[in-house]
Amino acid sequence: MTDPSENRGKCEISFTVNGTARTVRVYPLERLLDVLRHELGLTGAKEGCGEGECGSCSVLMNGELVNSCLVPALQAASANLTTIEGLADGPQLNELQAAFLECGGAQCGICTPGMILASCNLLNKRPDPTLDDIREGLSGNLCRCTGYMQIFDAVAEAARRRNPA
Amino acid sequence: MLAAPECTGPSLRSARHRVKGFRMTGTHIIGKSVPRKEGRDKVTGAARYIDDMTLPGMLYGATVRCQIPRGIIKNVSFGPQFNWNEFVIVAAKDIPGKNCIALIGDDQPCLADGRVNHPEEPILLLAHADPHLLRKAVDAVSIEYEPLPAIFTIGESEDGKQIIWGTDNIFKTFLIEKGDVDSVWARADYIVEGEYSTGAQEQLYIENNGVIAAFNVEQGITVWGSLQCPYYVHKALMALCGLVEHKVRVVQMETGGAFGGKEDYPSMIAGHAALLAMKSGRPVKIIYDRIEDMTATTKRHPSRTRHRTAVSKDGKILGGEIDFTIDGGAYATLSSVVLSRGTIHAGGPYHWPNVRIRAQAVATNAPPHGAFRGFGAPQSLFAMERHMDRIAQVVGLSPVEIRRRNFLKPGQTTTTEQTIREEIDLGRLLDRALELSGYTAKKTRFAQENKTGPIKKGMGIAAFLHGAGFTGSGERYLSSIVAVEACANGTVRVLVSSTEFGQGTNTVLCQIAAEALNLPYEDVQIAQPDTNQVPNSGPTVASRTAMVVGSLVRSAAIGIKQTLIAGGALGSSYSPDEFRAACRRHIAEHGQLRSIARYRPPEGVFWDDQKYRGEAYAAFAWAVYVAEVAVDLSTYSVKVEDFVALQEVGRVLHPLLAKGQIVGGVAQGIGFALYEKVVWQNGRMQNGQMTNYIMPTSADLPRIRVFFEEMGNVHGAYGAKGIGELPMDGPAPAIVNAVEDALGTRFDSVPLLPEDIFDAVIEESEAVSAEKR
Repeated sequence: MTDPSENRGKCEISFTVNGTARTVRVYPLERLLDVLRHELGLTGAKEGCGEGECGSCSVLMNGELVNSCLVPALQAASANLTTIEGLADGPQLNELQAAFLECGGAQCGICTPGMILASCNLLNKRPDPTLDDIREGLSGNLCRCTGYMQIFDAVAEAARRRNPA
Repeated sequence: MLAAPECTGPSLRSARHRVKGFRMTGTHIIGKSVPRKEGRDKVTGAARYIDDMTLPGMLYGATVRCQIPRGIIKNVSFGPQFNWNEFVIVAAKDIPGKNCIALIGDDQPCLADGRVNHPEEPILLLAHADPHLLRKAVDAVSIEYEPLPAIFTIGESEDGKQIIWGTDNIFKTFLIEKGDVDSVWARADYIVEGEYSTGAQEQLYIENNGVIAAFNVEQGITVWGSLQCPYYVHKALMALCGLVEHKVRVVQMETGGAFGGKEDYPSMIAGHAALLAMKSGRPVKIIYDRIEDMTATTKRHPSRTRHRTAVSKDGKILGGEIDFTIDGGAYATLSSVVLSRGTIHAGGPYHWPNVRIRAQAVATNAPPHGAFRGFGAPQSLFAMERHMDRIAQVVGLSPVEIRRRNFLKPGQTTTTEQTIREEIDLGRLLDRALELSGYTAKKTRFAQENKTGPIKKGMGIAAFLHGAGFTGSGERYLSSIVAVEACANGTVRVLVSSTEFGQGTNTVLCQIAAEALNLPYEDVQIAQPDTNQVPNSGPTVASRTAMVVGSLVRSAAIGIKQTLIAGGALGSSYSPDEFRAACRRHIAEHGQLRSIARYRPPEGVFWDDQKYRGEAYAAFAWAVYVAEVAVDLSTYSVKVEDFVALQEVGRVLHPLLAKGQIVGGVAQGIGFALYEKVVWQNGRMQNGQMTNYIMPTSADLPRIRVFFEEMGNVHGAYGAKGIGELPMDGPAPAIVNAVEDALGTRFDSVPLLPEDIFDAVIEESEAVSAEKR
């Protein structure tokens, strides 16, 4: 029988989350999603499918979009992680959060953290995306509520705000 | 507590009122896209869903499910690799109350007791502090069965060789008769027949079903969960746990999508967690993983519809027979009401002088099918709108003209003999949809272009209606109550059991209260649905929230104002500051200021539950959708290239939310038509994963163009009708009609996958070459 409280087999892993250095003691193959949610209380990343299809668990790891349900904790050692909790500057929403709110990009909200991080990743790579870029850039994140159109509007709006003409 | 005198809602259905002349002006918040109430929490990750919550000492719960479609449980054994004393184990014998999920009927057990009737039936519950260990423990339970013969299709259920439910496998039947259909065949110029079918569809909300239950003797059971209908769960827990009303509390957490999939199923998972919590004395969390959610919980009912229609040579429907059958799965659950809505919508937005509609819901050995946006209407309307194209071909008219000649007009009656009193002009709606989509020019151009090349394009139309609110006398039975209260800080709070799961309940109900009180939107809040705190405003289903509950919120809000004015605390015109000050004074003096509104059935409205005749719905929304498709004959895939969704939904209370509802519904409808296929084997879904059950991604959808007509509506708050389900009805028939237009090949089932098109096209070309030989 395994005692869930015992530490045998666990290891210390350090990384930076939303600008803060953190160290956790976890099993090396524990999912990054569970480490974020259970060890660090960062519950913004959601589990939708547990197999990398829906993108609700998306976070940025060293500037790349990853499905945190597919990343073993060990792989995040020394990484720089950004979760949805790290985007707003205090009460000030970032451009994407504000645009999602204003354009109707969030309905039930369960895909929203992942969708916003995927949008963030897209705008970091393509600051002035075409509609096709947006469609392609978000195609790894499923949304069942919106039919995506208002999400596209939000991303385009955020891009405009980031790069005022 | 000092409550304002109970103010009853305005008559929600007045037979005498006409919409003409409805005033649409003079509102300050209605019609404006104010920010979603809980939106900020959703974009920052602060919103709390059930899996984000933990309680001290909490255990995790899991379900041991059946493995066969039908049989008798002979033995249950527990593998030697675990110390089972560490686990909380619950079986049917541990249920303190009645072993059923109380809903409409009580036929569905909470845990199988001796017999199993579908391959996902819950048999045992386990709980443990370690969720990883728990999963392995579920696999270590072995169950031996004596299998019984099982049935899996509507046909097998109808032939009655195996009776698996009741005496005839039939959950419910309806018969609608209008006029004298038997007299029409002799004078028909054409008799057009067709059979149409639709498949199961998974709701596929991104947040799986989940709950936490906690129990203690003094307070009873509390359940927090992802759910649509707190009082449904409340009722089910009372029966299951054998507890009185005040010993059951149900709290809705932020809910990550529902679409009907969290209408009845939460009563099951809540019941399971409650049983484990009662036995262990510790809080228990059950969160399904994706496979369990997809395979074990409800889906859209598969359907089969047969039409036989008598038509005159000028294309007028003289009368017809419609047989509508849905597959309900192993237990009755919501099938009777899904069937009801499907039956009433089966005639579409057309005038049937004579009609006979026979409908039945039948049993099979699959997990029960349940509510999914549209609730039977997408099934029967798919058949109706495919059949209209068939009739057009037989008569030699265009799909446009056949519809135009048969549209319901004001003063005419529906199949249930409900008189259309709205000034709806479906011909005009059709014209506008054709114009917006460029239908005529494109259809001509495609006919030319399709002669060469592998890409064949087509245009398809669907015209339809969707009734808002509960069917027939449903709202009278619900007798919903809402409350609005003033708070000590001078703001106002709306108290309803109506839930937010993305569609905008919080926002729209606050808007309505703010409008009624002439307050800023920010001054109105809405309480978290908690059965200890909020009255029963009914379930959040049937596109009833904005129209029915909204109307009651308006009445209750007005009650607050009237109390303050009558007491002299407020003048008849006031500023928000004066209102806040008056509330503060009133509460300081009297302790509380709360106003309650209860649904009052309108007078003079006729509905006969026996004959299924009369005013089926307080209001209908009307729509014409146009799909443009391209079929690639090298891959046999269909791409929707443009989609126009035009609808009349009464007053649009919040344009951004309304548009979001339509686009989202159309996207689900496109999935229903072209992508989403549940693969069944022996009653079990084989593709219960997002990798092999395919819903549309951002790369798959066309531009979905949404347009509203606003006629207003005397029934709902500020002229609103229902909107949430409507957009699910039109896409599948519009798309399949467009595919037929592109290829000239008939398709009468959805989902329509590339392999289906391949088979049909090959079959057709073989038939043609055989003829040539």
